[in-house]
Amino acid sequence: MSDAMQEIRASFFVECEELLESMQDGLETMSQGDTDSETINVVFRAVHSIKGGAGAFGLEELVSFAHIFETALDEVRAGRLDADAEAMRLFFQGGDILQDLVAAARDDAPADEARAGPVREALIAIVGEEAAAGEEDDGGFAPMTVSLDLGDLGGDPAEDGSQDVAEPPEGTAEPPGVPGSAPELDADEHAFRIRFTPTPELYQSGNEPLFLFRALQDLGRLHVICEAADLPPLADYSADDMLLGWELRLITNADQPQIDEIFEFVDGLCTLSIEEVAASEIEFPDPDPPAGPAGPPPPSAPDPAPPPVDAAPAPAANGPDTAASAGANDPAESAPSAGNVVPLPPASPPPAPPRGGSGGVGGGGGAGGPAPARATVRVDLERIDRLVNLVGELVINQAMLSQSVAEAGLSSNTQVSSGLDEFLQLTRDIQESVMMIRAQPVKSLFQRMARIVRESSGDVGKTVRFVTEGEATEIDKTVIERLADPLTHMIRNAVDHGLENTEDRVTAGKTAEGVITLSAAHRSGRVVIEVADDGGGINRAKVKSIAETKGLIQPDQALSDSEIDNLLFLPGFSTASEVSNLSGRGVGMDVVKSAISSLGGRITITSTPGAGTTFSISLPLTLAVLDGMVVRVAGETLVMPLNTIGETLTLDEDDVRPLGPETQVVRVRDAFVPLLDLGAELGYRVPIDDYTGAIVLLISQEDGAGAALVVDSIEDQRQVVIKGMQDSYGRVPGVAAATILGDGQIALILDPADLVANASGRSRPPTAPMPTPAMTATG
Amino acid sequence: MTSDTAPQTETPAASAAASAPPASGHGPATDEIELLSFRVGEHEYSVDIMSVREIRGWTHATSLPHAPDYVRGVINLRGTVLPVIDLARRLGLDAEEPTERNVIIVVDTQGRSVGLRVDAVSDILSLPVDEMRPPPELAADENQSFVRALTIIEGRMVRVLDLNAVMPAGGEVAA
Repeated sequence: MSDAMQEIRASFFVECEELLESMQDGLETMSQGDTDSETINVVFRAVHSIKGGAGAFGLEELVSFAHIFETALDEVRAGRLDADAEAMRLFFQGGDILQDLVAAARDDAPADEARAGPVREALIAIVGEEAAAGEEDDGGFAPMTVSLDLGDLGGDPAEDGSQDVAEPPEGTAEPPGVPGSAPELDADEHAFRIRFTPTPELYQSGNEPLFLFRALQDLGRLHVICEAADLPPLADYSADDMLLGWELRLITNADQPQIDEIFEFVDGLCTLSIEEVAASEIEFPDPDPPAGPAGPPPPSAPDPAPPPVDAAPAPAANGPDTAASAGANDPAESAPSAGNVVPLPPASPPPAPPRGGSGGVGGGGGAGGPAPARATVRVDLERIDRLVNLVGELVINQAMLSQSVAEAGLSSNTQVSSGLDEFLQLTRDIQESVMMIRAQPVKSLFQRMARIVRESSGDVGKTVRFVTEGEATEIDKTVIERLADPLTHMIRNAVDHGLENTEDRVTAGKTAEGVITLSAAHRSGRVVIEVADDGGGINRAKVKSIAETKGLIQPDQALSDSEIDNLLFLPGFSTASEVSNLSGRGVGMDVVKSAISSLGGRITITSTPGAGTTFSISLPLTLAVLDGMVVRVAGETLVMPLNTIGETLTLDEDDVRPLGPETQVVRVRDAFVPLLDLGAELGYRVPIDDYTGAIVLLISQEDGAGAALVVDSIEDQRQVVIKGMQDSYGRVPGVAAATILGDGQIALILDPADLVANASGRSRPPTAPMPTPAMTATG
Repeated sequence: MTSDTAPQTETPAASAAASAPPASGHGPATDEIELLSFRVGEHEYSVDIMSVREIRGWTHATSLPHAPDYVRGVINLRGTVLPVIDLARRLGLDAEEPTERNVIIVVDTQGRSVGLRVDAVSDILSLPVDEMRPPPELAADENQSFVRALTIIEGRMVRVLDLNAVMPAGGEVAA
């Protein structure tokens, strides 16, 4: 396949993501009982667009499934099928399968027929064999289209369910030959045939045929035929040429002067003929839509053959224009790989926004149209990362500048200083704005979780209502991606362990239906994501006894409630008495916790017996910067991620106890934590012999165990820009990344978990005591 | 050795391109190779000039824990983290502590950038490829595996470094 084709394919899959998202949205709305035609149309259009695109790429399986799914949706749209709970469940499954098929097609993986089969059968069953087999004709090339939703165009075409109104025009356009019949006239109605051919001046003077046609539409029933016969092949076409004319057939109870009036302003800018004719002389098409004038649309910019009225204004510009509004179908604009594009917020405009196609022309019906789509661009992720990097540079540069101004000893009320302050402010703003570019709503993530809930509740036979809040909350794209696995695990846990069985719920006086709430919110510069269930809460006695059996805690150890809750995060802990299909595969909450903390996040549990459990994840807004504590050890400047530091303290004489000949522990309240000399652990110096008065950072680790890291001094607490070292050097034990400080020097960002894991534990010099290095032991 | 070039930041490739003889002359131009020669202790080494990105003065390097002794640490190269190798230590020569007069040659190899700390940059040499000789097999010399070729210019022996051999083993720098 050529590169160009690959790119188009890639952008198709990006588009699919968005379509699937809007489909999910629509299904969600439908399941809440809102089955107005527009909602169904959204779902229908999404499925249909996927089918169309899939057809263009010869993705047979996807096409055939989408077709069946679409047919079922059409049945609902036509009112022949009730979107009851049963049907909705099937539709959700259908959506899931469609998602799988898209993913399979993208990865060239075989589709999971075992999963798809039953759903396909069920869909066929509800639509009836015949309808499903009906239009199995577009396995070949079918341009991606927007739905030609003409439901509220003038002619009141009662939708004919057997006709797929959104079916793309097969191949070419032959509008004048549309099979039709003479319309019936009411007593006071007249039929007019209007031929209208605008000159270039008409467009230059800012007139717009569409508005004229709309005005005509207001007078009565209108049928528009575009005469495109003069159109040269695309290669010979110049955008300045006006080669289109229209034949308008109007049935109205207005008279000719009223029609003349509409064309008054374009008098002289077009060739116009208006004649009243007998109804038998003009043909109106059958209620299904006439195919708009569409040259063979190039697959690169699938021209959504628009409804005739919309096709009118400037077909010349229509192709590229629509493509652009459809979310940059232009391959040149879209990034080469599907996984590499971040759709800017707002993230999910339906990629084929029906430009008036669904909005209804002439105010027909209360369709309302889609929410006003805000303009978005799709940008290659690499470009954004470059920008983020550059802004990081700017921040460092600004810090360097501030430092040298400070060193120059300028007083703070000089112009330089005040200018610098403004510069600082601006830099911060820019940094924030750039970070926002990478941010995406968590909605797509939440939708995936909705599926997890559906599947896992089905597996364990519980009825679960899934509630989401704050879907519009935005977080860094990378965070969203890396949050998927831990969240999946937590949701499964909530379904499997969190919620009680239905019988138990009823016994406890709760509703049979369990509720799992997934919410996201911004809280003081961080994002808080909560997974809450209304189950029985944590059975603390059980948790404690398991931990004792597994030797994770000492028997008779006194633990507070929250300490018991936190036992869940210990490695190897699993409360499930038997390994179920869902969870209990040996990966427990400890994996979740380490995944969260690798994102710079924290996770906490609150649980009320009988009322449920809430897991709360607090995450930084971005992975590009980090809050760190700048410390000095043996002359080196190091940065410790702030979220790993529990507290800092200065050691008293009797805080430090020897453990072995070379190891020591620090007593912190009722616990002993190992003392690690950071300078020695990093190989900067030999361990010192007396730690009295030394400053230690108490590190709280994922597994609950901590460590006390000895540093020489604490310098600062600040945000640092993270610079990866993997690419340039490779992994360094105990070091997570690097950053550049205000003086242009590189400081290493430590990875405490790794440090402790690799610790030699040697906090005493093996030989005779060395002279104590200078330590700034401030209180 | 013509002169000890003071630390400079411009890439020598530009000046080399200007002074290079026109490619149209005698024989195919591809048979010529240009080398950047530099001094490490008392020895003269060189690298293919096409792999050199820039030359910059010595700046303090942040040392990396558990790194081999020849890895001086990392420096900030306009916002990227650049590992610096002390070539003298890497080659098993006596290494003095870096001074202001030392330079860092930034080279690209295998898609990675690395800085080589050398004593001073000497010259740009242009010579036919067939004057390059493979080094003799001397198993005893650890230094030898880093040398790709030898050549003689104006009576001096110039060693051409094998940059891939000089690079620290990526990702496996465990303690």
